[in-house]
Amino acid sequence: MTIIEMRELCREFTVSYKVGRLRRATRTVTAVDGIDLSVERGEMLGYIGPNGAGKSTTLKMLTGVLAPTSGRVHVCGYRPVPQRTRLAARIGVVFGQRSQLWWDLPLRDSFELLRHIYRAPAGAHAARLAGCVSLLDLGGFLDTPVRQLSLGQRMRGELTAALLHGPEILFLDEPTIGLDVVSKQAVRGFLADLGARGDTTLVLTTHDLADIERLGRRLVVIDHGRVVHDGSLDQLHARYASRRRVVVDLDEPLAGPVDFPGADLVETAAEGRRLTFELSGGTGELVARLASIAALRDLSVVEPDIEDVVARLYAEPAGLRGAP
Amino acid sequence: MAELAYLHLVRAQVRAQAQYRLSFLLDAIGSTLFTTLDLVAIVVLFRVTRTLAGFGFREAFLIATLAGLGFSVSDLCAGNVERLRTYVRSGLLDAILVRPRGVLPQLMATDFTLRRVGQVVQGAVALALAIRLAHVRLTPAHLALLVLTPLCGAVFFGSLFVAGATVAFYWIDSGELANSFTYGGRTFTQYPMTVYGGLFRRVFAYGLGFAFVAYYPGLLLLDRRDPLGAPAWLGWSSPAVATLAVGLAVLAWRTGVRHYRSTGS
Repeated sequence: MTIIEMRELCREFTVSYKVGRLRRATRTVTAVDGIDLSVERGEMLGYIGPNGAGKSTTLKMLTGVLAPTSGRVHVCGYRPVPQRTRLAARIGVVFGQRSQLWWDLPLRDSFELLRHIYRAPAGAHAARLAGCVSLLDLGGFLDTPVRQLSLGQRMRGELTAALLHGPEILFLDEPTIGLDVVSKQAVRGFLADLGARGDTTLVLTTHDLADIERLGRRLVVIDHGRVVHDGSLDQLHARYASRRRVVVDLDEPLAGPVDFPGADLVETAAEGRRLTFELSGGTGELVARLASIAALRDLSVVEPDIEDVVARLYAEPAGLRGAP
Repeated sequence: MAELAYLHLVRAQVRAQAQYRLSFLLDAIGSTLFTTLDLVAIVVLFRVTRTLAGFGFREAFLIATLAGLGFSVSDLCAGNVERLRTYVRSGLLDAILVRPRGVLPQLMATDFTLRRVGQVVQGAVALALAIRLAHVRLTPAHLALLVLTPLCGAVFFGSLFVAGATVAFYWIDSGELANSFTYGGRTFTQYPMTVYGGLFRRVFAYGLGFAFVAYYPGLLLLDRRDPLGAPAWLGWSSPAVATLAVGLAVLAWRTGVRHYRSTGS
């Protein structure tokens, strides 16, 4: 069942700038330029793109914050701006920079206030809170004023705040930005579990490609307000022929040239004891073959850098973009 | 049940402010002192002259306190919507928009400033004093007018606060423009309309409706005819004017929210 639908969605902004000493002129900037996208219930959608690509603008149009300039958008069957409050009761939103928590109050009080704002039944609210407290390990700082929390703790609080009314869709704008490694992993792990349960649709924008590798089953790349890729991460790699690298350290250099099917030897270093291969498929075959002819000391697999892939995607002339 | 949520928001805000006790106390004293100064100005004025544009001290003082109490109540309840500017500039309004509640009541409740209670108490005391000084006969009609006038004044100024705040939706650096109408409007209504002349009076007193907040109800309470020649029943016009003001303010607000452009990512 389709839960989010965008058709020909556009958003323009008029920007005014100075010309000469007193005169100002305006120019129209298209932030979102005709997006067509459908999201099914229970999907996990990762939304990536460079700064200014239109990710946040799209998210704001989906959550009823911004009205589209043209086009149609339906979320949970509602038109987000005209039916903002009804939609708001059924979605959860985490805008990393715009806190839902009360700065001077303990986390627990913020959650209680949100219960009243969302008219959430006390029982269900308490059960969800208990769930989040244990999964996100909030117990230690529930009674600390929000202003004294670390960024990682606060973000865990924000996630909880967005989920206490049992939303059908959770929108996250840069949920891991600025977090330390441990907090990032905690947040990703929590979201991955939430998505895996299948009753909450997840839509997140991110800059952090590790988020996508962990969470984005479906990846939408947006640039200049248009969708340039819509599919899985693997499809993205396949499309751009990006390959993973295998680096092996051997006790002794190989005796002679060996043929490795499906893999290319691209670099030899340390007097032949360190070999670097590139391949597109699984690594098992290559490793088995190597192990059968030489003594392996160490081995590492370097996943293709999605950043490079995305950079290539952006560099592609606009005319070539389109069908995934 | 629904409105209970706003009550919780107000209580939370009060609790949060109570964490900064000294600052709270100083602010409360400061804001009470400030509104008192407005009345002191009138006292000082009448030390120089016996009448002001046809009104004696006791009469002018009644009009000033009627306007003052109305304004203080509106400042307590709606004065904080001017903080919309900071919400728009920082994009924090997004966080309010994604909640299943009206934006305006949320803003009013979230930024409720308890310290302004002092002004309201001060305003009520001053009005009581003015009633005695001016020897207002406490007939049922006058009593009704004494309750209605500050209430409608509060609604009128509240609408002005809201309408003024909407400027921020269109013009992020709107600065203090709106304040010249709200705080300026309070000072304007605190004097008999006969003080002002010509176009200025026509625009502000009648065009923007400031004359109906305290001046005409005041005349009725004082059993005085309007030196400007308007009929006495205008003293009962403040509910109609306040209703009109609310309608326009809500319209301005709704249009403003649609224009919100949400800065930053």
